[in-house]
Amino acid sequence: MPALDVVIAHFNHWITVVLMVAGLYVVVARGNMVKKLVGLGVFQTSVYLLYISPGKIFGGTAPIIDPRFTVYSNPLPHVLILTAIVVGVATLALGLALVVRINEAYGSIEEDEIFGKPDEDGDGGGESSGVGSR
Amino acid sequence: MTAHLPALQVVVPLVAALLCALLRRSALAWGLTLAASWATAAMAALLLLRVLAEGTISYHIGSWEPPWGIEYRIDVLNGLVLLLVAAVGAAIAPYARRSVAAEIAEEKQVWFYTMYLLCLTGLLGIVITGDAFNVFVFMEISSLATYVLIALGRDRRALLSAYQYLIMGTIGATFYVIGIGFLYTMTGTLNIADMAARIGEVQSTRTVLAGTAFLTVGICLKLALFPLHVWLPNAYAYAPSVATAFLAATATKVAIYLLIRIYFSIFGAAFAFEALPITEVFVVLSLAAILGASTVAAFQRNVKRMLAYSSVGQIGYITLGIGLASQLGLTGGIVHIVNHALMKGALFLAMGAVAYRIGSVRLDDMAGIGRRMPLTMASFVVAGLSLIGSPGTVGFVSKWYLALAALERGWWWLVAAILLGSVIALVYIGRVVEAAYFRAPAAAAATATEAPLSLLVPTWVLTAACVWFGIDTELTVGIAARAAAFLLGAGP
Amino acid sequence: MKHDLILRVGVKLLLPFMLLFALYVQFHGDFGPGGGFQAGVIAAAMVILYAVIWGVPAARRVVPMGLVERMIPAGVLIYAGTGVMGLALGGNYLDYFVLLHDPAHGQEWGIFAVEAGVFVTVSGTMTAIFYTFAERER
Repeated sequence: MPALDVVIAHFNHWITVVLMVAGLYVVVARGNMVKKLVGLGVFQTSVYLLYISPGKIFGGTAPIIDPRFTVYSNPLPHVLILTAIVVGVATLALGLALVVRINEAYGSIEEDEIFGKPDEDGDGGGESSGVGSR
Repeated sequence: MTAHLPALQVVVPLVAALLCALLRRSALAWGLTLAASWATAAMAALLLLRVLAEGTISYHIGSWEPPWGIEYRIDVLNGLVLLLVAAVGAAIAPYARRSVAAEIAEEKQVWFYTMYLLCLTGLLGIVITGDAFNVFVFMEISSLATYVLIALGRDRRALLSAYQYLIMGTIGATFYVIGIGFLYTMTGTLNIADMAARIGEVQSTRTVLAGTAFLTVGICLKLALFPLHVWLPNAYAYAPSVATAFLAATATKVAIYLLIRIYFSIFGAAFAFEALPITEVFVVLSLAAILGASTVAAFQRNVKRMLAYSSVGQIGYITLGIGLASQLGLTGGIVHIVNHALMKGALFLAMGAVAYRIGSVRLDDMAGIGRRMPLTMASFVVAGLSLIGSPGTVGFVSKWYLALAALERGWWWLVAAILLGSVIALVYIGRVVEAAYFRAPAAAAATATEAPLSLLVPTWVLTAACVWFGIDTELTVGIAARAAAFLLGAGP
Repeated sequence: MKHDLILRVGVKLLLPFMLLFALYVQFHGDFGPGGGFQAGVIAAAMVILYAVIWGVPAARRVVPMGLVERMIPAGVLIYAGTGVMGLALGGNYLDYFVLLHDPAHGQEWGIFAVEAGVFVTVSGTMTAIFYTFAERER
């Protein structure tokens, strides 16, 4: 079964793909603002895996110079993803803070309810225009 | 110290932002913002002069040789964009004090200035860096700061707009990282120049093509290309006036710069526009933006929202120039980056002055405002004429080059579409002019007085620039043509 | 939860070791997994644990919000300052080679200073996030 071997050999990519699509689906399909942020988190997590997994070299050790080893894993993806994780945390924190404020201003965090009653002045700003907000 | 200008360009606004957050005095924060903005503008001007005289500048952060270390690399293109961002920041900084004092609660003003400076840092960083992942980091610095700036708006819908932009912006940035990840696994490098050198062998692999798709969609979300623009109108309409003017003039332009950099510097015009159908996609989407978004703008009742939709349309002109990918088209696109920044900056600053006096920018409230605030509205009319593209203003110059590029390909229908876009712009600017000059004054406008000088001068500086660069095109078109030639591989 | 004797005593015993572990992770970053990010989060976790048991007002008396909000820019300022030190000593921005006479030593101390800045900012940020969300309903 060569096709199955290909699937198994690339299992890390399959996990990446599943997480990526699942996360994006939650962002698009859910109306609850907290759930959307969770979906966004899952989506970002898939990218961490996308970067980290090619950095591993079979038989390689941690990249600290030592006379006993000659093959090292690539440290760069880890550094990049450490940065990306910090960015992800910052985004999540800011997103949740906004949701708290939205809840205080509108009394709801469901997009259906918020966009269901647009503000009075008729600017149209309250209309749905977000990702999958209907 | 001139050798270290590339690093200082980013470090000065960063340190100023930190000092704002540390000192927590709003008057002091404004002073720091002003000083840092003017210093960055001066540094950007010096850098551009040096690039024009001596060619590309390369600066090695931490003295690590590229491609291992992060390189700041300034050529004609990003030298111009750098100066644009810094100059707009410098023009808006003196405006900020009164406008921010009127629109934002006292205890939050410090955070406004901190975020404004962080946003400036991030935008300058995206432009100046030569490292693809470093771009992502700066992109998120500027984006996170932008979300906060928008959320500081008075209307509660500002919170919703900020949230929506946060979701869309994060998806865009993540798509960008995915794309860069694909390119990194295939080329093993993150340095843009090094990537360009190595991509030749793997250019047609499926991984690189998928990476190109992710990069295109991710960046187009950030630059609000037509179907991906839904975050923009609300974000611009409900953000504080200063933030709107700054973001409209710079944020999307920086994303466009990034797109140009990726297409032309990494992939090269030959691959991006001949092997892939990017021209077709961009011409169609740009036309949809020019005609569709402008038409929507004509039906808006809130002028900030109208101008925001107009921004989506104007971005269409820039992407049209990129899509045409010829010397003339690219020149037109790059010139329009500068020109649109100047005129949208002026228009939003004028609206900020109106909001300062009457507390609203809705057409009904603005009726008759032209007689009460003649200088502010005159500035709006001049910048509006530029938006329409009347001769003698910057709008005409960029549309002229775009039309020439379309004719070069024999696409008469495209010239017609560009003209039609101008007609639609005439309609929506005309609606504002009609309301402001020919209607009986509304209650709010009847008692308004002319805006104070600190708001008028920055508005008129940008308005004057709209006229100046419409007549003397040596600086803008000259540099844009050099940048276009450089990108297409013909020039130095 | 401050009326529960076991929790109170247990957490009191735990807190100093959490801080110690944070410092261990901070300073062991040269030789193993660790560094300012992780150490900062562990240190912030200590404050958060204290707040969970004794209440947020008590935690704010120990680590006031004013301090936390100033730690965030202060840490980044340490980082930026290290970069400017490189400039002042004749190198490029963030150049650690020139910090000391021996380039390898310079690298060590440069990273040390930057990680210290990261520790300050991350612990401050995490605590600030906790305070902000925990105080909202009161």
